[in-house]
Amino acid sequence: MAQIRVENLRKSFDQFTAVEGSNFTIDDGTFFAMLGPSGCGKTTTLRMIAGLELPTEGKILLDGEDVTFRRAAARDIAFVFQLFALYPHMNVAGNIGFPLKCQGMGRREIRERVRETARLLRIEHLLSSKTSKLSGGDRQRVALGRAMVRRPKAFLMDEPLGALDAEFRHLMCGELRDLHDRIGATTVYVTHDQLEAMSMADQIAVMNKGRVEQIGSPQEIYDRPASMFVADFIGSPPMNFLRFEGSLRSGDRAISFHDTRIAVPEIREDRPSAPLALGIRPEHIRFADAAPVRGEVFGAEYLGTTQIVTVDTAHGRVAARLPSSALLRIGETVGLEFRSERLALFDVGSGAAIRTANEGSARHG
Amino acid sequence: MTAALAKSTAHSIVEASPRAKAVAGGLVILYAVITILPLLWIVATAFKSQSDAIAYPPKLIFEPTLEGYVNLFTVRTRQTPDFIAKLPPPQTWYDKLVRQHDMVIAGPSKVVPRFVNSLIIGFGSTFLAVFLGTLAAYAFSRFRIPLADDLLFFILSTRMMPPVAVAIPIYLMYRQLNLTDTRLGMILLYTAVNVSLAVWLLKGFIDEIPREYEEAALVDGYTRLQALRKVVLPQAVTGIAATAIFCLIFSWNEYAFAVLLTSGEAQTMPPFIPFIIGEGGQDWPAVAAATTLFVVPIVLFTVLLRKHLLRGITFGAVRK
Repeated sequence: MAQIRVENLRKSFDQFTAVEGSNFTIDDGTFFAMLGPSGCGKTTTLRMIAGLELPTEGKILLDGEDVTFRRAAARDIAFVFQLFALYPHMNVAGNIGFPLKCQGMGRREIRERVRETARLLRIEHLLSSKTSKLSGGDRQRVALGRAMVRRPKAFLMDEPLGALDAEFRHLMCGELRDLHDRIGATTVYVTHDQLEAMSMADQIAVMNKGRVEQIGSPQEIYDRPASMFVADFIGSPPMNFLRFEGSLRSGDRAISFHDTRIAVPEIREDRPSAPLALGIRPEHIRFADAAPVRGEVFGAEYLGTTQIVTVDTAHGRVAARLPSSALLRIGETVGLEFRSERLALFDVGSGAAIRTANEGSARHG
Repeated sequence: MTAALAKSTAHSIVEASPRAKAVAGGLVILYAVITILPLLWIVATAFKSQSDAIAYPPKLIFEPTLEGYVNLFTVRTRQTPDFIAKLPPPQTWYDKLVRQHDMVIAGPSKVVPRFVNSLIIGFGSTFLAVFLGTLAAYAFSRFRIPLADDLLFFILSTRMMPPVAVAIPIYLMYRQLNLTDTRLGMILLYTAVNVSLAVWLLKGFIDEIPREYEEAALVDGYTRLQALRKVVLPQAVTGIAATAIFCLIFSWNEYAFAVLLTSGEAQTMPPFIPFIIGEGGQDWPAVAAATTLFVVPIVLFTVLLRKHLLRGITFGAVRK
């Protein structure tokens, strides 16, 4: 069990900088997800924590101990690979027992520990099978077993579900979280799938272009995105942005949006005139005939209980999540009403969120 | 119904018709006959008497004799029948065989030491080339090496000209270094030629082995070298076997440098075999016997490694 600390971590390959000045602490027992598009540096960060890659700059601390330049084997960390990396020349028991063999543990003890691990993962019946005969889900379980058997300080997982079919992925999500709760070891989980991160993690670090954009609980990240990137990356469909030009004053409770006024959560910082964006989650939009922001219905995507309706406004296309009972005609003109207490404001230049009194759903429970 | 469906989906590739199979099989057999026939002819000639060997039309059925092999392994002198009659009776079957032709065995020929040279130089250089090649290929495949592409091209470029083009410089160099006519010299030379081939071939094979395997081993407690030995090499066996066969075939058959650089001590079989023709008329059965003997190790080596030559081991544990 361990706390993982990353200080000013930077990694560059030739001219390309993969990770830029990352700083974060993962508390003992946390399920920590690193989320971001491919090439954002999340895997590189994970590999540096594992010791498979050396940082260009910065420090990695495990339980307060500097392990930046320590060999991977000496860190007592387990790594689960996306492609499982099961050794084809060994059977399931051989694969699970491999880390113990590396440590020079006795045969009998290895057999005992392998059996115990297999029981935990419910793959006891597969111990003598060839790995090539297994299904994707079972391979993933074997890979997890190989990671768990050594009882490491922390688990590092690099898109472990990426190679699985959609249905299996969902099943394994539940299993992984369940396993984490039973073992209680610190887990660092890299994924580009927001659903995986949102459903499993205690803490999420959203990364973009080598930088950590925001760290927080899934709810914080969803409700109070720290940047336009996070707001856009999380949520499906993503947050809508309506651009406008204006200045903000601390204490204001409304903004001048083009020629109307829109109520927003109390603004907590001053901003001279600059290009700004109003951020609205699709589920915080209602259709109201009297609303000042108007647009034409462009299309609707039926999702069962809800539908995603896209509306072309004078300031851009907006997606709204509405009950599927609402009947709409394409081309119809509608008014858009926003839930004012859930609106977000961003500085378009830097992409950073502007501080407001928006407490998100944290306040609403 | 489901069984039938399963059966029909099991073969996603269209099954060849019996006729197509027969034609393909016939072609394969024809090709095999064409390539094997000369070899069979040599094996047969080795068991013919000298007159049978040059008989025209060629004899398919003949009385087999070991004369060719006896002549290959011995040095003989011609004597008058009177002298032979005065000698004590022949001790062995080969003494008897030789005396029928008014000859007496003077001693063993040089074929055994030459064959041993071939074995030592062939296998020695193959081992070295594959060993060095594996290490270099692993490094090129896994590490960020400055100018890696240029280095690889440079390594390959050593194969771009005919080796004989550098024969004279190498000869002079070897004379300076006292490496002419030594086994070490020949091993080094063949290793140098083979190592470029080995690096390129093996790099391809190692590139195909996912890095995750050894990274998993590194995290689980192995050092880089242990991971290479216990995780990468077992999966590269196929490639290593194929490379070893290529290297051995080259150094085993190499003639030009062997003629130039060896004359006695370190002479290998290829330059030795032509010498046999000269000794006491054209002794084709002896030459055929030497050739047969020469082919055996390569055949054995290939048969031993053939299991690995088929790409049987697929990387089943990794989904691509």
